[in-house]
Amino acid sequence: MPVDIEAPVRYNRRLSAHYNVIALDAPEVAAAALPGQFVMVKPQPGFEPLLRRPFSIFEILRDTNGAPTGLTLLSKKIGPTTTQLYEAVDGQRVPCLGPLGRPFTLVDSTTEAWMVAGGVGLAPFVTLAEALRPRGVRLTLFYGGRSSTDLFCLDVFEALGVRIVLATEDGSRGELGRITVPLDRELQQAAGSVQLYACGPEPMLAAVARLAAKARRRCEVSVERTMGCGMGGCYSCVVQVHGSDGKAHYVRSCTGGPVFDAGALVWE
Amino acid sequence: MDLDLSVAIKSLTLKNPLIAASGCFGYGVEYREAVNLADLGAVAVKGLFLNEREGHPPPRIIETPAGMLNAIGLQGIGVHRFVQERLPELREAGATVIVNVCGSTIDEYAEVSRVLSDAEGVGALELNISCPNIKEGGIQFGCSLGGTFDVVSAIRKVTELPIIPKLTPNVTSVASFARAAEDAGADAVSLVNTFLAMAIDVESRRPELSNVMGGLSGPAIRPIAVRMVYECRQQVKIPIIGMGGIASARDALEFIIAGANAVQVGTANFTDPFIWSKLLEGIRDYMTRHQIARIADLVGSLQLAVPEHA
Repeated sequence: MPVDIEAPVRYNRRLSAHYNVIALDAPEVAAAALPGQFVMVKPQPGFEPLLRRPFSIFEILRDTNGAPTGLTLLSKKIGPTTTQLYEAVDGQRVPCLGPLGRPFTLVDSTTEAWMVAGGVGLAPFVTLAEALRPRGVRLTLFYGGRSSTDLFCLDVFEALGVRIVLATEDGSRGELGRITVPLDRELQQAAGSVQLYACGPEPMLAAVARLAAKARRRCEVSVERTMGCGMGGCYSCVVQVHGSDGKAHYVRSCTGGPVFDAGALVWE
Repeated sequence: MDLDLSVAIKSLTLKNPLIAASGCFGYGVEYREAVNLADLGAVAVKGLFLNEREGHPPPRIIETPAGMLNAIGLQGIGVHRFVQERLPELREAGATVIVNVCGSTIDEYAEVSRVLSDAEGVGALELNISCPNIKEGGIQFGCSLGGTFDVVSAIRKVTELPIIPKLTPNVTSVASFARAAEDAGADAVSLVNTFLAMAIDVESRRPELSNVMGGLSGPAIRPIAVRMVYECRQQVKIPIIGMGGIASARDALEFIIAGANAVQVGTANFTDPFIWSKLLEGIRDYMTRHQIARIADLVGSLQLAVPEHA
């Protein structure tokens, strides 16, 4: 059951001129959250912007006993809400509604988990890695960005024992080019069972879905759409899925997703 | 102070004047975990045709100053699936259900209305003759006085349920449409649906919505909607359900004072799905503060003359 917390900002760490990680004290949301779920936030009251925006839950914050006390969001400054999040100050209250949406499916230790992230699409994978690690699942993060300055929080994944494969489009870190190049290569070499999880720009998701289909690997993608409410009320955030009747149907990404089976989606 | 917030619409009694607006609350069941649906005056569920509809391709919404445009295109599961799959859950939740009825033809409106009249747990029918986002049906009835009269008369013949035509603001005189609806046997009118509007991405020179045009809602439209409710109150005796950008108890009271018997809240529910208890509390506070025991006594209570002080 989603709750709405007027969550105080615990800290706001600017990672670069565009990216920040903002921590919110929202224990009830954090305690209920599952990997891949999101929250709807509105950093400032008033009508500019009018609506909340969806954000993947980046990290769950815990006290010394391990009890959830809050959550963080990874944000990239692109519009009014992300600008307000970037500029938010400690103690400021940010309405935070959640947790919402369909989470990732968790595999067991017989399957490797490969997480594929592009840019700010890194966001859902910390909680996924934290959930899969105790299950004994071997974890790999394929993480791509335009440049080395677009890659963040590698230490968090290293601390979770995640193998990291990097690619940048300018070659400033990791492999030169798109992250799907090393992914394709490793998929062709992988012998055991592999589950892919992807989040990032739409062309990257489509490419990962294609590679997964080609390699006959299961793949879940977390999509990002403009949402009006996040609760299933407005029917704004639809994606096309293949129906059992052989036709394409619009499904709300807030309630039917944001995590979808890659093969279920209609890729343009 | 003992407060009476109830609102009567023919045979239907709402326990309070707060209604979740159609198109902004799914089929109601989506909010069942978060909100006690029985606490609302009513839930107006998403518009239903006879059959399922896919709606428009995304993008379906875009924000504008203090508002938003939508062109969802009435995606929906059709009346039969609604009755089978959603209505039982709404009944179980104790919701007072208003169903928004759509049609491409008068026959389709009548058939959808018949199906709903035979179902258990429907409190009233809101006739959608005002959706700006679909080509066939709807607005073609809502933008002609004769069309409004004809569709309301036809539905009047097939149902005993209260009929509430939902009026478009995209006409010269909404009040004359309210009058036509009343003359045809409507039990109430609801207004306003969204304002036909448009937004363009100037960099790409493309429309922001796939449907090019959409309906504007939110606080931006509120003063126009209040004016329209006020005008309709001068023209009809039947109850008016007012809506358009209500985001606080103050806003709801503004509509009631202008002449609305009840109000619908749509866009503000997107920002705050828990808004209902806050609205109700605010209205109660106001009534207590102003020593008004019955919400009905507030309806159309606009003071035009300067009050004389003894």
